This record gives sequence, structure tokens and C-alpha cells, in this order.
Amino acid sequence: MFLEIITPEKTVFSGDIKLIRVPGTKGSFEVLSNHAPIVSTLIKGDIKVVNKDNEESHFEIDGGLIEVKENKIIVLGEFS
Amino acid sequence: MANLKEIRIRIASVKSTRKITSAMKMVSAAKLRKSQDRILQLRPYAGNIDNILLSLQQSMEGEIEHPLIQSREPAKVLIIVISSNRGLCGAFNSNSVKNAINLAHSKYSEQMNKGQLYFYAVGKKGADLLKGKGYQLEGESNDLVDGKSFSEISSFAGEIMNYYTEKKFDRIELVYNKFKNAAVQELIDENFLPLKMEEQEEKKFVDYIFEPDAQSLILNLVPKALKIKIFKVILESIASEHGARMTAMHQATDNANELIQDLSLQYNKARQAAITKEILDIVGGAEALK
Repeated sequence: MFLEIITPEKTVFSGDIKLIRVPGTKGSFEVLSNHAPIVSTLIKGDIKVVNKDNEESHFEIDGGLIEVKENKIIVLGEFS
Repeated sequence: MANLKEIRIRIASVKSTRKITSAMKMVSAAKLRKSQDRILQLRPYAGNIDNILLSLQQSMEGEIEHPLIQSREPAKVLIIVISSNRGLCGAFNSNSVKNAINLAHSKYSEQMNKGQLYFYAVGKKGADLLKGKGYQLEGESNDLVDGKSFSEISSFAGEIMNYYTEKKFDRIELVYNKFKNAAVQELIDENFLPLKMEEQEEKKFVDYIFEPDAQSLILNLVPKALKIKIFKVILESIASEHGARMTAMHQATDNANELIQDLSLQYNKARQAAITKEILDIVGGAEALK
């Protein structure tokens, strides 16, 4: 599935991934392939991304929003 | 005919002015490219926020309710005028001020007459022009058009939104130059608050899970969308400013070239006349000696 992490000023991440874990307002959750469509607000915390080659990367955010639809994930992040 | 020395001095002064204007043109061209890039970077974010808001709207029963969407009778109106901090950019600043004053006297003439219309200036030149025409300013935030980051602009946007929620103003309008291309700026006056939700004709319904719930998502999203809007408007205005300055400086350089050409022609004519006169004097003197 395809992930994009964007801020008003730049695109932080863009590419195919296997898994993403985000700090949702109602608790941290993970998104795998074929996840049901969801829109959730995010709180301050760490985003974990695992890409196709099982490499992990982390992004620190202050809040934001995630939208998952048809294996396309968009994270609208706020960074300080 | 002016004497030789005078013309020479004028040519030198026009040449040095041309150096300045052509350098300013280059600088503006570089800055223009940078500010255009920032607009491009913002586009995906802005587009996604709008899309999510739309799908929220479609999946909710009835109208969305939010203090920033509720429209009231426009008793008190605020017009935000976006200009620049520096001059030498043609009619850029005066156009946006003129447009704001026009808006005040046409659409909001009633509020204007009652003294319930206020201006807010973003950009020093616009503020000076408005003050010079005798209008009172509600406030100024001049450093915002110097290419500030999103977080600084979003705190300004928050302030403006507070004006609306605290009922200090019932309608807030934005006046700015929209960037079309380097040579063309489009003057825009648009409604900022209350936010008007766009009606979509074709409904693409996606059955989203909303977390925590649709209502709090809207509470979270609406201010975000408005902040993005202010950010976008300011970026557009900055790009327009550089575009306008580039065109103005290009014209100034062209004019300087023309002036130099004319002056050189004059100079050469005067020089030739002086030489001819000298030769005639010598020939006349030689004749007399015979």
C-alpha cells in the first residue's frame, strides 16, 4: 500500500509500505494492507513505518490526521 | 544643445540606475521561483484537507455545525488587505488597497457609513497607503509577508478566527493578489469567515470509520482548513509581489536602455558639432594668415 506523509511545507515521506503505526486520538493503532477506510485525528507521538524491505523508520509528529482509503494512506502531519 | 560634460554625467547616472534595476530583476526572479515552489508544496496538503472535509460532510446527516461556519448578519466587517513590505513593484500595493476600498464602499457601504467596517493590514505598504487615505486600522501584521513558516502564519490565522468566534466581527474578507504568472496578478476579494462549505453534485460515498467521531473531526478540521487557506493566500501574494517586481524592474531596465541610446546619440552629435567648429576655426585662422 502507498503512504504519503505531508505537511503544509513539504512531503516528508512517500512510498510503498507494509505497515504503519500511528498515535490515534483514541489510542495507537496499526494499519496493514486492505484496512477498512478510516479517518482519524492523531496526537503527539511517534509514527512507525515499515517498508517493503522490512526497514523501519520513525517520524515524530505533534498532531495531525490520517486517512486510509483503498490501500492509500495519507498522513497530514504537524511538525514543530 | 546641452554641453558635453552634462550629457556624459547623465549617461553615467542612468547606467548606474540600470545596474540596480537589472540586479533587482534577477533577485526577484530567483525569489519568485522559490515562492512558486512553496505554493506547489502546499497543494497536496490543501487538497487532502478539502477532500476529507467533503467526505465528512457527505457521510453526516444534515448540515455540519461549527462556530466558524455559522453565518450571522454582517453588522461588523473586517477586511484583511494583503500587500508587501517593499515598494518598487509597480501597482501591486496600490491595486490591492484600491480593491479593498472599493469593496468597502460597494458591498459594505452600509457598514462603512455606520463606522462598523475595519481594515487589517498584512504588509507595510498597504498599511501606509490605508493610513494615508485616512482609514483606521484594526491591526497590522507586517512580517507575515516576509516568507514566514507555516506555524507563524497559522497562529495569526488563529487570532483572526478568535475575532469571529468572540463575535468581534461578523464577516471577514480577504483582499489579495492571486498569482497567475510572472506578469499577471489577479486581484481577488474573497470571503474568509464564515466558511462556506462547498456543495458537491456527485456524491462519492465512502463508508469511513471516523475516529474519535465525525463531530470532533470537524471541530479539528475546520480550523485547519482555514489556516491552510490563509497560508495559501499569503504565499500567493508573495509570489505575485515578486512577479510584479520582476516585471516592473524589467520595464525600468528597458527604459534605461532607451534613455542611454538617446543620450549617446545626443552626446555624439554634440561632440561632432564641437569638432566641426574647431576645424572651421583653424581653417579660418589659416586663411587669414595668407
